[in-house]
Amino acid sequence: MKYAAKRIAMLLVTMVIVSFLAFAAFSMISGNAAEIMLGTQATPERLAALEKELGLDRPLLVRYGAWLAGFFTGDLGISISYKQPVGELIAPKVLVTLCLSVLSFLLIAVLAIPLGVWSARRSGGRLDGVRTAFNQLCMAVPPFFTGILLTWLFSTTLKWFTHGRFPELGTDFLGALKYMLFAAVSLAIPRIAMTVRMLRSTVLEEMQKDYVRTAISRGNDRAGVLYRHVLKNALVPVVTFLAQTMAEIVAGGIVVEQVFAIPGLGRLLVASISNRDYPVVQAIVVILAFWVVLAGTVADLINQRIDPRLRLGGGS
Amino acid sequence: MKKKLLALLLLVSLLGAVLTGCGDGSTEKAPEDGQEPNGSTSVSTPANEVTVGIAQGLDESLDPHKAVAAGTKEVMFNVFEGLMKPTSTGDLIPAVAEKYEVSDDRMTYTFTLREGVKFHNGDTVAAEDVVYSIERCADTSEGAPLVEAFSVIQKVEATDDRTVAITISEPSNEFISYMTTAILPADYDQQDTAPVGTGPFKFVSRAAQDNIVLEKFGEYWGTPAYLDKVTYKIIENADSLMMSLQSGAIDICSHLTSTQVAQLGDDFNVEEGTMNLVQAMYLNNAEKPFDDVRVRQALSYAIDKQGVIDLAFDGYGSPIGSSMYPAFGKYFVEELSNYYTHDVEKAKSLLAEAGYPDGFEMTITVPSNYQPHIDTAQVLVEQLKEVGVTAKIELVEWGTWLSDVYAGRQFQSTVVGVDASNMTARALLERFTSTAGNNFINYKNADYDALFAQAQSSYDDAEQTALYKQMEENLTANAANVYIQDLADLVAVRKGLEGINFYPIYVLDLSTVRYVQ
Amino acid sequence: MRRMNGYLKAGLLLTGFLAALIILGYFWTPYDPTAMAVGPKTDAPSLAHWMGTDNFGRDIFSRVLKGAGMTFAIALSTVAIGAVCGTAVGALTGYFGGVVDDALMRFNDALTAFPSILLALVIISVLGPGSKYNVVLALGIVFIPSFARVTRTAFAALREVNYVKSARLMGAGNGRILAVHILPNTMQVLLPAITIGFNNAVLAEASMSYLGIGVTPPDASLGYMLSEAQSMFTLAPWYAVGTGLVIILLVFGVGLIGEGLQRRGNEVA
Repeated sequence: MKYAAKRIAMLLVTMVIVSFLAFAAFSMISGNAAEIMLGTQATPERLAALEKELGLDRPLLVRYGAWLAGFFTGDLGISISYKQPVGELIAPKVLVTLCLSVLSFLLIAVLAIPLGVWSARRSGGRLDGVRTAFNQLCMAVPPFFTGILLTWLFSTTLKWFTHGRFPELGTDFLGALKYMLFAAVSLAIPRIAMTVRMLRSTVLEEMQKDYVRTAISRGNDRAGVLYRHVLKNALVPVVTFLAQTMAEIVAGGIVVEQVFAIPGLGRLLVASISNRDYPVVQAIVVILAFWVVLAGTVADLINQRIDPRLRLGGGS
Repeated sequence: MKKKLLALLLLVSLLGAVLTGCGDGSTEKAPEDGQEPNGSTSVSTPANEVTVGIAQGLDESLDPHKAVAAGTKEVMFNVFEGLMKPTSTGDLIPAVAEKYEVSDDRMTYTFTLREGVKFHNGDTVAAEDVVYSIERCADTSEGAPLVEAFSVIQKVEATDDRTVAITISEPSNEFISYMTTAILPADYDQQDTAPVGTGPFKFVSRAAQDNIVLEKFGEYWGTPAYLDKVTYKIIENADSLMMSLQSGAIDICSHLTSTQVAQLGDDFNVEEGTMNLVQAMYLNNAEKPFDDVRVRQALSYAIDKQGVIDLAFDGYGSPIGSSMYPAFGKYFVEELSNYYTHDVEKAKSLLAEAGYPDGFEMTITVPSNYQPHIDTAQVLVEQLKEVGVTAKIELVEWGTWLSDVYAGRQFQSTVVGVDASNMTARALLERFTSTAGNNFINYKNADYDALFAQAQSSYDDAEQTALYKQMEENLTANAANVYIQDLADLVAVRKGLEGINFYPIYVLDLSTVRYVQ
Repeated sequence: MRRMNGYLKAGLLLTGFLAALIILGYFWTPYDPTAMAVGPKTDAPSLAHWMGTDNFGRDIFSRVLKGAGMTFAIALSTVAIGAVCGTAVGALTGYFGGVVDDALMRFNDALTAFPSILLALVIISVLGPGSKYNVVLALGIVFIPSFARVTRTAFAALREVNYVKSARLMGAGNGRILAVHILPNTMQVLLPAITIGFNNAVLAEASMSYLGIGVTPPDASLGYMLSEAQSMFTLAPWYAVGTGLVIILLVFGVGLIGEGLQRRGNEVA
């Protein structure tokens, strides 16, 4: 429990740093938001009035404090371009993006772990080289390229899903999941390959260890040893790796959402960056980063369940 | 251990459920031979609704007085009306007003409001709403008024419940055309996010970067819309937009490129109009070497307009030669389009005369979100090479373009399309007078200024039209810019739909669109 | 010379072949990659145009050669920035440890919480989009933390190795120890990390160009060309497929080298 508390405290510290980085970075951007907002109608008087209205005339730390406080009260500010509360603007999209990343994550976890073990057991076999090469090939495919091919195949040609008609998450959850599945697959493929490769090498490493050799030499069933002992130990770095994968899924999601026209945070984020709509960008960046950091924390906690020895390591 | 196994099993079965759910759907929806794929016929027709694809973000306020983006105005055209409104032929007809009278000194306009015009919130339009809307746009307390032409307004007055009198400081032939400015309810402050107007469609909802939903307004005063519901689907990515068209998710999509149109397939009809943009390589006339008229003329000779249209637009597009587009038939001077014929030798000798026998280097700034202008610029670079001019394309964000090029005038040349904010020749030509605030090319020509002043003081329509045409000739002869074309507006319309009308302004009128019976 | 394994050989062969083509592309292409022609628009691959032509009638093979050159240059410079700065940070924190180590590593953790493309997007919007140099800079900065993490572990481990201790006893300065005694020995982890970084750079650049904030015309990288190709996918599928395949082959080849290096490292260890 102590470990969990410590881990959560670390999470909070990281979040504060992350949120400050996000906040400061956007405050440094040269293009003035007020100027962008007024466009061709900008006059010095209007500029000054608008800057005051947006609070751009206050010092950085004051603005950061006010903004951070807003996160707890649910007041994320008003979007500069949409003139709408940021919370209202992004709430329906947060769920879509999280669903996509969870779906893709499940695909990876469920497919990669058995595949990795299988690949490790077959290691040294005749086709080992071919499998490794195929694995490398899968890692080389950009998710959005897969996305284009999948859309062309399953939407344009086979009509399995209607590109551009994303079902509402609340009313047709399964339909939305089905639509997202294609995006999730294109995100997952290179990540599955990486996880398989990772798991394969940790399992093989573990198999070389003394206790495994002893167990096998004592006449224990090879497969039994693999599942009872080796996998448990080999999973620890894999869980950590999977948690890091969450960051890449989220990043890839930004791109893939555009390929599949999924109304998640990604499209709003890219648009808001080019519109210099700071309040929206800051909120989205912090939410995505929180999601990633949270995944890391959960992974650590899971690892500590798998292998309680880590409790000592973590505490030192 | 068992728990973990159980958890894993659960995960697998959940994923299985998703996968089978997908499988079920596919068998259910697989189109049978010879039948139309679902979506177009089985879903849309009974619901009497369409989905319109739009390739712009619309990331802004929906308030019609504040909205800047062409895309937003295009959508909101269906929601709002002014006292007057434009027709597809370029005329003005009374809308919220029933009729108007102009006083003998041409300084007072008296509008009589149409009886029973309702806002989407159910209120009846009253004179005070009109006064509020006009005054809001004429307000100068924060600098220039929202509608610049309203600076001539001196007084807006409700003489009774259905009559509004507007007094202006000097007679103007174009004033009435600015009366298309949207009429809003006076006591309503949510226009930014939930706009309320008097148009044939009412606003229902918006999801940022996703969609805008409109519904038929049952109590519309005029011919009601045919469609019950219109969903604008926002897809900024061109490729993604194409895939949505092909998948059947989108029924109507305007402003497509010729490449996109070529990929549409058999489900669509393509209607061709013009974009009503003056696409040109705008030159900063204050910047070397473009301060020399011979250089500007040389570039005009170096460019092959038809070549640009053929190469980048598959032949769709109308060449132009001055700041006027063909849909403005009254003011358009067709001969100017051929004033500079493509002539490499002439261009070279003019350059040599101006002191650049070996050409020079220049930068073309292009906003990165307008693919047609980028494509055009790429062809221009190739054509300029032939006369020894090395051009470099610099792509900038729209926001940067507005601040640096348009407002800051810090540029050499830029390829964009300039449109008219109102259906007047003045909207296109006034910007090139020396003192105009939006004269971003720094064009300074005494004759031109004189012609404009003369046109403004003339109240004879024919005389004024002749003067405007002379101004166009002035721009062409001095090669103020390298004029290229008015882009073709290609609209994909799903078969079974009809009633698309093209306007001389950048709008898509959905009230006339209907399913063929 | 240590033994070459199959992966290393295959990877070097493939990458070498592509690199040769790219270098050739700097000096000579079958057609002018920017020359436009009215005639052969969106032609299918043929003997005259190996990968067909695009909507401007430009030869796609020539453009791919140039584009691959741009991609290659961007990825290399990105990795160079990431590796040099990352190794410097990793060396300092790993070797000296202490408060600086803790602070920098916490900062590092915070940075890795930003998904890489997200971070690149943020940096690009600070620097301003539309320039290849800004793309390189943004991606380079994004890759620093991962290099720092990898090298930090190596430096921390080697700090206590006997020959380093003895060098210290013999009076060698910290700078000399870092550069001469430790750095060469970190190559075993650094080289595979570089291959991974290179691949990530290629893929990240492609993604950014797809989002419209990467390389912009008249420069063309493979990523930009791929995004351009998508809008004519049904008209000229060979454009997207050809460009995509070159990206995949490039990443695949370097990935095989990485795999080979790692396996060789394991065998030696």
